[in-house]
Amino acid sequence: MSEVKNPKLSIHDLKVWFNSGRDKVDAVKSVSFEVAEGESFGLVGESGSGKSTVLRAITGLAPYWSGSCKIDKASLTGRRRSREFFRKVQMVFQDPYASLHPRHTVDQVLSETLYLQGIKDIEHNIVRLLSNVGLTSKFRFRFPHQLSGGQRQRVAIARALAGQPEVLLLDEPTSALDVSVQAEILNLLNDLRNEQNLTFIFVSHNLAVVTHMCDRIAVMRQGEIVECLLADQLGRGEISHPYSAELLEATYG
Amino acid sequence: MSNLPIQDWLLSDEPTSRRQAKLSRLFKGWVAFQTNVLAMIGLGILLLLIFVAVFAPLLAPHDPFVQNLGNRLQPIGSDQHIFGTDSLGRDILSRLIFGARITLYIVVLVAIIAPVVGLLVGTVSGYIGGVVDMILMRITDVFLAFPRLVLALAFVAVLGAGIENAVIAISLTAWPPYARIARAETLTIRSSDYICAIRLQGAGPLRIITKHIWPLCISSLIIRVTLDMAGIILVAAGLGFLGLGAQPPSPEWGAMISEGRRFILDSWWVATIPGLAIFAVSLAFNLLGDGLRDVLDPKSGRS
Repeated sequence: MSEVKNPKLSIHDLKVWFNSGRDKVDAVKSVSFEVAEGESFGLVGESGSGKSTVLRAITGLAPYWSGSCKIDKASLTGRRRSREFFRKVQMVFQDPYASLHPRHTVDQVLSETLYLQGIKDIEHNIVRLLSNVGLTSKFRFRFPHQLSGGQRQRVAIARALAGQPEVLLLDEPTSALDVSVQAEILNLLNDLRNEQNLTFIFVSHNLAVVTHMCDRIAVMRQGEIVECLLADQLGRGEISHPYSAELLEATYG
Repeated sequence: MSNLPIQDWLLSDEPTSRRQAKLSRLFKGWVAFQTNVLAMIGLGILLLLIFVAVFAPLLAPHDPFVQNLGNRLQPIGSDQHIFGTDSLGRDILSRLIFGARITLYIVVLVAIIAPVVGLLVGTVSGYIGGVVDMILMRITDVFLAFPRLVLALAFVAVLGAGIENAVIAISLTAWPPYARIARAETLTIRSSDYICAIRLQGAGPLRIITKHIWPLCISSLIIRVTLDMAGIILVAAGLGFLGLGAQPPSPEWGAMISEGRRFILDSWWVATIPGLAIFAVSLAFNLLGDGLRDVLDPKSGRS
């Protein structure tokens, strides 16, 4: 695997498992990769390959993990994360229908997030965040059920960006949306990344989406990275592992 | 049907302020609730109960405590006593009207204590899990294992007879089911993405429980409390009937039935009238609870 100088995020020999004892399920078996600052790194694989679990382990949402995980050379331990971590690293979830509190308006979601991130001038920042993700202020006082899927995902992205993070973990952010909305959200994410110099880790099962979004791509299967590729290589079809070929076949036919 | 400007404002899908968003949600709930005729009847009966309780001294034709032995056990429809008089010659209608205050007092106190205790225990145990969950749920099991009236009887026997003690006893026996409901709700909510999302913003357990989990548990608790209210009134009346709740001469409905029991064959109205009152209020709470379930239940897929 290609080495990265001064990695923003480096993961070495990450193992994640659920349950203990006889019911133990190994979701991730020894995954290592490094992501440079400002890079967009993709993780692809079929469902159940452990790609989302990697993100959950980084953010402390996975129950058990081992190995080393460093953000800006600071090691993470256990399931606790510091405030600095939450300021630096944020996540966008897969299903925008499940990631917004059903009884909170967009305004409540964003103002609470800004408050928790210790940002003053909440009023002004809400308007700024909404316009950053392409929503006008008429959406501000709506409940999630008054928004479409794409609009919800925009709100979720605004929430993730509220604390001005440096790393954004994207857990299949478009898989619950229909195709035309997918493109909108992907372009929005690309624009935001360029504007705010974000580092992305992009998880998806869709090779086309990942090729469009990422510089480097790791193909995962059954909890292991089988191959690490550059987006160009993938675009030209220069792949060595049969499983990657299978995925490519499945995506482009 | 043309809408008033205020209705347009309330029904708008594009609210422009925090207050409008909140009021608009309440108003939409009310509109949905209004379509349920039975629930509206229940609400009407309860409003009537509150009205009667508040204006009892103005509405009651007689003093509920004044005895007149020469005028005892007057039948329904007699002069000056529409619902007749009891064994001590007291006007049953007036006693019924003042009894509404006691019923309301019991209902309000139990409704304040039991669901709050249940909500606290349930959400804390559900969210924290592990040993805390185990201990709290075993305590809940202990309370659940006793039949409600028997446990209430034991409490009243220890604490002494009286309305306040009856309320405490009923509350102590009523909270476990609420703790169970709140815990079950919390277990499904706590692993959802929106809780993960707020945790990733650095929110602590206290904030998550009070601001994110409670609002979602409260609606199912309100439904359950209203449906249970009928049972609570009956237990209170039962305690009164057994002489362990309100003490004479206080006009508690259960105690009134207890008094009338002795004459039930000759003077059936003495026990029947307060019985009908208990029946009406219990029914009203059940109807209201059914209606609220249709409006509030987050699982009905309306919102």
